[in-house]
Amino acid sequence: MAERARGALAARTGWWHRLRRDRTLLLMAAPAVGLLLLFTYVPLLWTTVAFKDYDPFTQGLWTSPWVGLDNFTLLFEDSRFWDAFANTLSITFIQLVLFFPVPIALALLLNSVLSDKVRGLVQSILYLPHFFSWVLVITIFQQMLGGAGLLAQQLRAHGHEGFDLMTDPGVFKFLITAQLVWKDAGWGVIVFLAALSAVNQDLYEAAAVDGANRRRRMWHITLPALRPVVALLLVLRVGDSLTVGFEQILLQRDAVGPGASEVFDTYVWWVGIANTDYGIAAAGGLIKGVFSLVLVLIANKVAHLLGEQGVYRK
Amino acid sequence: MTVTERTAAPAGPAAPPARRRRDERRPVWEEEPGRVGQGLKGATLAGVCLAILGPLWVVIVTSLSDQRTITDAGGLVIFPKTITFRAYTELLSGGTVTRATLVSLALTAVGTVISTVVSVLCAYGLSRPGSFLHRPILMVLLVTMFFNAGLIPTYLLVTGVGLEGSYWSMILPGAVSVFNVLVLRAFFQNIAPELIDSARIDGAGDWRILFRIVLPLSKAVIAVVSLFYAVGYWSQWFNAMLYLNDQDMWPLQMILRQLVIKQQAPQGMSQMISTQQIPGLAVQMAVMVLALIPVAVLYPFVQKHFTKGMLTGAVKG
Repeated sequence: MAERARGALAARTGWWHRLRRDRTLLLMAAPAVGLLLLFTYVPLLWTTVAFKDYDPFTQGLWTSPWVGLDNFTLLFEDSRFWDAFANTLSITFIQLVLFFPVPIALALLLNSVLSDKVRGLVQSILYLPHFFSWVLVITIFQQMLGGAGLLAQQLRAHGHEGFDLMTDPGVFKFLITAQLVWKDAGWGVIVFLAALSAVNQDLYEAAAVDGANRRRRMWHITLPALRPVVALLLVLRVGDSLTVGFEQILLQRDAVGPGASEVFDTYVWWVGIANTDYGIAAAGGLIKGVFSLVLVLIANKVAHLLGEQGVYRK
Repeated sequence: MTVTERTAAPAGPAAPPARRRRDERRPVWEEEPGRVGQGLKGATLAGVCLAILGPLWVVIVTSLSDQRTITDAGGLVIFPKTITFRAYTELLSGGTVTRATLVSLALTAVGTVISTVVSVLCAYGLSRPGSFLHRPILMVLLVTMFFNAGLIPTYLLVTGVGLEGSYWSMILPGAVSVFNVLVLRAFFQNIAPELIDSARIDGAGDWRILFRIVLPLSKAVIAVVSLFYAVGYWSQWFNAMLYLNDQDMWPLQMILRQLVIKQQAPQGMSQMISTQQIPGLAVQMAVMVLALIPVAVLYPFVQKHFTKGMLTGAVKG
């Protein structure tokens, strides 16, 4: 049967026939779908732990008693939870201000480079750190900015006092933002560069003929071209407000102490994995899921009100 | 003006074929950038590149330096004086780091093959227009991109099915990335339908079409997707921390974390250094270099395909 006839015939053929016809395709999709079902859908059953007094050593998931919202009450009474919550939001805010614009600025800068060779070279250097593991990125930062790191070492050699940025709770939020910029700002450039390369070049010429200078062309042509992408990424970022660098922060939690570094995800890890209070931790995870969903919906609504498309259409 | 040659270059329809590519010439209507602007732009780009490559240089050079150079420099070395591979021969002559490197390489190889094969099959299976159930299945996959159960339920499931303490706990839970499946699917759907039609008329089944027609045309995108998977497996430490209690099973990233971030010598490493002492700077840097070598080796081969692969996924997904 010819490829395009499948769709056309679909309406007229029974499901048993279509199942038999497409059994190879379904068989091909099965392993991936099976893995996803097992490791992302089945765990949803374990979310019920949030409403149970679950102790894996004495009782199974099904037999452990329901406790209603007790886990949530315990969670809300824990001051560490609120500290983690506050930390998370302030880190998100710092990253929104100090990280989010960097790829846009880099993309504008790169876009103005005429030489293909230079641009290609800079791009391949920029993308590289994205492929390093967080362990590696943090060890690199430690070797550069830590107490025994290169910067402190150079300062000491020239008679200044040494310092240790890696263990200083006061600068932790900026430190992890710097790490994020180093690792991923270059990667973020890709999508903006693509948006810029899609701009019709004739627009620039027409604007120039009409007397628009470089700045006005940037303001009236380049930036509007970036608007939809910026809006989309902002909506996604706002929806992910409660997710700030789990692995990155967990790796440095011991060095700075939980006071400055605890965020939502590390709190859930600490309660659930380190202290085996599964019920409370699962409650925290559930709250995060629901909260994030609501945030995306709100952010998307705002994007619509501002005339942007957002993640999905109205 | 510093760039007079640009203005001097003839423009317009009668221009002789330029040696530079067309888009590298500044259009006539565009203002010449000022000296200060050009300088600032160059300095910024150079600074950004240096900020990325500088630390790597220092780490590599230090790992290749001998103890005297390190002591003279007071720690990390910027300008190499001697080159010695002692740290590497020490690390790779058996023992903890050798084993961890092999574990990481094997995990990456096995995981990447499993992930890539499973994803390619799934992407092709869902890419034929009008095929049975492909829309609902696609929805099932898409939902997982926006909502997942979270750390605790996943942890309870993985330990519940008995994967704890096995390398499968590092491969199976994250084996399929829906994003990668969508990238592949978008690419497969862009292959000319005539090709597939004619193969089907000639009597080829789906397996044959996939292997003989679709795969040979998709080498680039498959290379990119496998690199994404490979980097994911190579970078993993968190799953190892969660599920592998036995230090002898640890992959390289866990050793690196233990050694440099926590400044503790991992079990079994003490054999080459006096007991419980943190190994020297060159050895620490050498472990870092080991952790970045595979990425640096694979990267140049795949780098040129990134943008295309990334954007097909982002736009068409």
